[in-house]
Amino acid sequence: MNKKQGVLSAQSLDFDMDAEIDRISASLREILSQTLRKRGLVVAISGGIDSSVSAALAVRAIGKKRVYGLLLPEQDSAAASTSRGDQLARHLGIDYEEFNIAPTLEAIGCYEQRDQAIRSVFPDYGDGWANKIVIQGGLEGRVNHFVLVVRTPDGEMKEARLPLQEYLKIVAATNFKQRIRKTMEYFHADRLNYAVVGTPNRLEYDQGFFVKNGDGSADVKPIAHLYKTQVYALARHMGLPEEICSATPTTDTYSLDQGQDEFYFALPYGQMDLALWAKNHGHSAAELAAALDIDERHAEFVLNDIEKKRAFAAYLHAPGILVQHLGET
Amino acid sequence: MASELQTQVRAFILENYLFTDDESALGPDESLLDRGIVDSTGMLEIIMFIEDELGVQVADEEMIPENLDSVNRIAAFVSRKK
Repeated sequence: MNKKQGVLSAQSLDFDMDAEIDRISASLREILSQTLRKRGLVVAISGGIDSSVSAALAVRAIGKKRVYGLLLPEQDSAAASTSRGDQLARHLGIDYEEFNIAPTLEAIGCYEQRDQAIRSVFPDYGDGWANKIVIQGGLEGRVNHFVLVVRTPDGEMKEARLPLQEYLKIVAATNFKQRIRKTMEYFHADRLNYAVVGTPNRLEYDQGFFVKNGDGSADVKPIAHLYKTQVYALARHMGLPEEICSATPTTDTYSLDQGQDEFYFALPYGQMDLALWAKNHGHSAAELAAALDIDERHAEFVLNDIEKKRAFAAYLHAPGILVQHLGET
Repeated sequence: MASELQTQVRAFILENYLFTDDESALGPDESLLDRGIVDSTGMLEIIMFIEDELGVQVADEEMIPENLDSVNRIAAFVSRKK
């Protein structure tokens, strides 16, 4: 834990952006040349803030000719995401291509397996329906559990607590999306002799908001030390298109609009950033409560939830574990 | 003397989470969360065990550590609800 520094407030996350851009750029060049020994970087661009800033930093580090962008939509991606990704790639002037992974996901059973699990909760679920999963409990000091929300073709919203097996199956099926995307990223990286950029911000990396061997897999993660608030600030500072700078973070994985705070985090990202900062810098629940204008009990739950998710993330970060240490490797 | 319910809950956790039948591996009042034996998915598996095997429904507001975070707490919660 770092030492406690000053009063906790939104300004705690302020940083020297030009210095940070220079530092990340220099690190990327060094990592590519000294450690990875690759000629460039592949970045999958989702249209969200993290992949946009990561791609822009890659271009700052090694130039637009050595960065290859991929747009990898599927049937539940918002059209606006692909359009923002397209806009970013053109703004950066990088080579890129769009590859729709929906047929691959269809063939591997992603949608069918997911829909089977949904139908065991809502038997009429099918064409014209939409779905999402919402997390509940942690904020009230309860065990985190999941609620399935569906919209019928008539626009009626229904929800039900997800039994564990159905929850696990829906998540397992949707994880195909991140894993198939990663397979495409490594196809292009291998073809070009490039390395793959992973785009988690600090909140996602620390709290395990990624799919193991999916978006969690990469050769280099240039913004994993930056809070999401700082990533937004960098996007504006680097002059990225306004649509990207002002986009709301979503999972872009479920067919109903799903905020990241509904699915995984206890609070919207700005407040989560401050809570994580508070945790990392030794601030108390009382200080966090004052900074966020919430009650102290609530702040205590948020800090506890961070601790629990961090413990869970250890599994996601872990490589395959050997039974015996090999001295020679 | 442990009740039948306590024995059943403890055996479930020993077998499924610790892969042992050695009772000394888990004290009846030890916190499953603090000891890192269960994470949030592990806790949902315990709730499924309570509902499917012990025949007690767990309401959302009952999904709290006070009811679920040790062998004795689970057994006490289930016997209150039965």
